[in-house]
Parts: sequence; C-alpha cells; structure tokens
Amino acid sequence: MSDTPKQHDWTKPAAMAIPKGGFFKDKVEQGRYGPIFPKTPACYGFTIIAKIKPGREETIRSYAKKIEETIAGLPEALEVLQLHYLRWVLFDINKETYFMYQGIFDTDFDKYTEDAVALFSKYGINTVFENLEGFPEDWKTNASAFVEFVREHQCPSFLEYGEYPYVSAREIKKALKLKAAFSDALDQMQ
Amino acid sequence: MQGGKLELDDIQHILLTRAPAITGRYEFLSFRNAAGGRAWLSAILEKVHSAAAVRASVGKDKRWVSVAFTWNGLRALGVDDTSLATFPEEFKQGVVARAEILGDSGANHPKNWVDNTASPDLHAIVILFAKDPAERGRCQSEHKKLIAHCEGVEVLSSLDLEAVPPLAYPHDHFGYRDRLSEPAIEGSGDEPRPGFGGSVKAGEFILGYPDEEGSIPPLPRPEVLSRNGSYMAYRRLQEHVGAFRDFLRQHGETQEQQELVAAKLMGRWRSGAPLVLAPHKDDPELAADMQRTNNFNYKEMDPHGYAVPLGAHIRRMNPRDTAANMNRRRMIRRGAPYGPHLPEGTPEDGKERGIAAFVICASLVRQFEFAQNVWINDKNFHELGNERDPIIGNQDGTLEYKIPMRPIRKKITGLPAFTTLRGGAYFFLPGLKALRYLASLGTPR
Repeated sequence: MSDTPKQHDWTKPAAMAIPKGGFFKDKVEQGRYGPIFPKTPACYGFTIIAKIKPGREETIRSYAKKIEETIAGLPEALEVLQLHYLRWVLFDINKETYFMYQGIFDTDFDKYTEDAVALFSKYGINTVFENLEGFPEDWKTNASAFVEFVREHQCPSFLEYGEYPYVSAREIKKALKLKAAFSDALDQMQ
Repeated sequence: MQGGKLELDDIQHILLTRAPAITGRYEFLSFRNAAGGRAWLSAILEKVHSAAAVRASVGKDKRWVSVAFTWNGLRALGVDDTSLATFPEEFKQGVVARAEILGDSGANHPKNWVDNTASPDLHAIVILFAKDPAERGRCQSEHKKLIAHCEGVEVLSSLDLEAVPPLAYPHDHFGYRDRLSEPAIEGSGDEPRPGFGGSVKAGEFILGYPDEEGSIPPLPRPEVLSRNGSYMAYRRLQEHVGAFRDFLRQHGETQEQQELVAAKLMGRWRSGAPLVLAPHKDDPELAADMQRTNNFNYKEMDPHGYAVPLGAHIRRMNPRDTAANMNRRRMIRRGAPYGPHLPEGTPEDGKERGIAAFVICASLVRQFEFAQNVWINDKNFHELGNERDPIIGNQDGTLEYKIPMRPIRKKITGLPAFTTLRGGAYFFLPGLKALRYLASLGTPR
C-alpha cells in the first residue's frame, strides 16, 4: 500500500472550495512551465474549453471512434497520463461550437508535459486540438506554447468533491487486484 | 548549414570526452566591463580545445580547458538584447529564480550557497582539468596573470578538484563508483553499451542537430552563437561523509550489512555492481565490465524493487523501461570530487567535501529540470508517497526510505540529508566559432 500523507483519509468523503482563478494564493507551487493547479479531493485535473474552427465538428467527433479503437488495441497507450477519466463534450453557444476536454488524473500536468505532448502526437489526439482556434502551430517542438494554450483555455473548478478523496487510479487498481487475489486464495481453500 | 555531420572540430571537448585528469580547478568570473571580458576571452580561447583536437592528442595533453557563460555573462560581453531574447526562458531566468522548481529550498537554498554563484554578477566559468597538481598550479598562475591584464575581470570564487583515493577507479567521497552512465551520441563515434537502449540523437545534447523528435528545434540567434553549443547546469554538492557512515553503522551491524544498506540507497554496490544483476553479493568484476554493468531493466527484472528499491538513486535518475520517452531525458554528466579525502575510520572533521558536477543537455527545462523536479524531488515518484532521492534529493529529516524485502519491507523513517547544495548555475557552453564571435563583439566589422 502506498504511504499517501496520513491526513488524507480515503474513508471520509471530502469537498474543496477553490478560489476564483484556481489557485490558493498563499501556497502556489511552481512547476517548470508555471504555477501548478492544486490537488483536490478529486485529484488533479483540467477542464479546457475552446472554440472549434468553423465546420470542424464532424472531424472532431470522428476522433472518438479512432481513440476507442486505439485503446482497444493498446490498452496502455495513455498510461503516462495517469488518468482516471476523460470526458469530451461538444456544445453550442450563440451558434458557435465549443469543445470541452475534461481530464481527471493523478499527477500535476506540468510534470509530464513533454511526455503528454509526445503521446498526443503519437496517437493522433493532437489533431483534435489542431481543429481548435488559437492552437499553436509549432506545438510539437514547443512544449511551452502547448502549455500556454492549455492554461489560457483552462476553466478551473470552484468546487471539487471526492467520495474516496485523493486516491490514485494505481491505488484503486492495486486494491482491486488484491481483492481478486484474496478471492482466489479463498477459492483454493474450499 | 543545418544538421548534418557532427562538427567535432567546433564542439567543446567537455561535451564528448572525459579528460584523464586527477585534479582540476573551476574559476567563476565576473566582467565589470565588456572590453575586459572580451580581452580575457580572446586570450583564453586558443586554450579551449575541440572534441576532435582532444581526441587526437589524448595521452599527450596535460590540461583541458572549457569556458561557458551565464545569460548575464553573454550580456556583459556585449550580446545585444534581440539575441539575448532568443535564449530559452529557464536559462534567462537563471538557477536562482528556478530554485523552487529544482527543489533547492531549506539548507539547499541559493541564499546559503558559499561560492557567489547565486550572484547576478556571475558571468562565466573556466573549467580546468589537469593531469597532476603541478600542471594545475602552473595553469592557475598563468590564468592569474592573464586576469591581471584584463580590466574589470574579477574572480568571484574558485574551487580546487581532487580525485578521491584510491585512484584505481573514479568514485565519490561516499565511495560509490562514478562514471558508469554515459549516453552514446549518434554520429560521435562512440558505441552505445548494452543496456542503454541505443545511441541518442545529437540534438538532445548539441544545438543545431536533429533531436529525438526528428527535427532541429529553434535555435537562439544568431546561429553562429548557438550552433554546436549546449547548456550546462552546475551543482556543487557537499557530501556529509561522517553522517553517511554513521547511518550505515546505525542500519547495519556487520560490514556486509552496511555495504548492503549503502547499495540499497544507490541501487548499485559501492563497487558499481548493479543490484539487479548482483542482488545478494557484491561483484567488483561485473562492476568494471562496461559491457555488463548497465545491461539490465526494471519492468521484467525487478518490477517490485526487491533488488533496487523503487526510490533508489539510479532508479530515479534513469528509470530505464519504466519511464516514457527516456531518450528525451538523457543528460551528460561531467565534473569531479573536491575537498579532502576522509579515510575510513576517521571521525568527521567538518571540512567541506563533495562533488562539483555539470549536467549537459540541449534543454534545461526538459532534461535537467525534469530530472530534478520529477525524478529526484517528487515525493510521490513511483507512488512512494513520502520519499525523495536518498542521495541527492532535498532531505530535511522528515522523509522516509522504503526497501522492499520478503516477507515485509524495511522502512527507514527520518532519513537524514547526506548532501547539501553549496553552489549552482546555468551556463551556455558555446562552440569554438561562437567563442570567437563573442570575443569579436564590439569590434567594427
């Protein structure tokens, strides 16, 4: 089992109100590409909302199937990102279409920025972003331009909640594995 | 010209060769006026040799000189603002502004450094490696004479280097064998050794060549200044030898047990033999065999850390097959020990000793800062929860170190700091043409 700091008791659901702007002013941690958004009971995450280029809605939608197939064939493809969940949403405001990329993960994005950029280009997630307005053309060689785009379009939460707060996906998987091993052991004893 | 063959006759030797030196000296310089700085550079640049020259004359040379500049130093020599602006952000900011990212807080904070390297007046370093102390003395007094002739050039501090005895193989004051990891650069003529995952594209270390992405990243301007250059992070790391030996005695009753504790912190026996290949008993012969000493992985050979604990120094500094894009995180290490040897059995004498090292890479933020931020000082590396690198991480006595063992692991709480950072800087290491370009700034063309 991991030694996550003791104050984080996974049995006690927790909620956190987050100041406007997304940071707790007095304890902003600096990452290599700028300040790091805080970890909450719902782990790290971001909600990027950006306007899509006109006429690209179907192109963007078609990526869902592509990524479904990629993951089916290569389940560990996104392992580096330490994700819990991804949610992609398309919606309209005043007849303009917006794309929302919501991700919940276990490490602050700053740490593995370059790995994420490399991964996005490897599995074609990048090209989804290329359908968004303002996405930097040189993103492949310019990790900081990529980060800047993400930061500019990040809409920080002002409330986050965790039923089993701060628990990482790896810990959950470990616990389930342990449970399976126990039932195996019990089966053997019948 | 873009890309192409490595210009070994323009690349400073320190990037590609290790001088067979047993002693040396670093001098940290400030230029109070640009003309004086350029006069100094004009005089010293003929002593700065290329990789090609050093390879051709190794065995005959008695001293090896390298020079490099901070961002403030480039400005002090007269590089204009347009050009200065094209350098990467982290280099412009300098190591002091990046302290929090690097984990240089508490005792390691720049305000506690002892060698003036935290000063904005730090402009240049001249690195001397020498075959013997007599040669070092000769070079030192020549350099003193040169500086006396260059108006406004001031020595902020200096550091003498000494190999730690016994000299049969390179090691630090703790006794760990050094220089086991050296990435082979594609096109340099060096063959990658087994276990390194092949050679690495030159652009990962030298500006102006394609990197592992397959393209040449944008260069600082003008090209004559940046091509064949590299970035160099300097770290002066004091080693608390007394505290380290006390720790080993506290956690091991016999000599064998103490050696195993030392090995578990590093991931290698002090001889250099890797625990993955020699988990129970030291094997000095394996350690010295460059074909074998790196030939292992973690995912298949040691997934749970029963040989090399998950937080051990070598597992953090090179996670091998357990990290993504390893070839984008490679670094070249140079440097040497400094300070007096503390023989085994001698009580701590309070004198400063340690390693004064350089990390050389094409991108400080992607390579060096990543290693500091994510591998060395992330408490939750490999889900460890409350650990940092046991040798070079920022330790304040509150963290732990877990050694997986059957049936249950050993957990050390309150791990002491075995090292303290006493100086640091970010330098740009120009090619030889670039040095001549810098020396000629300000003269009418």
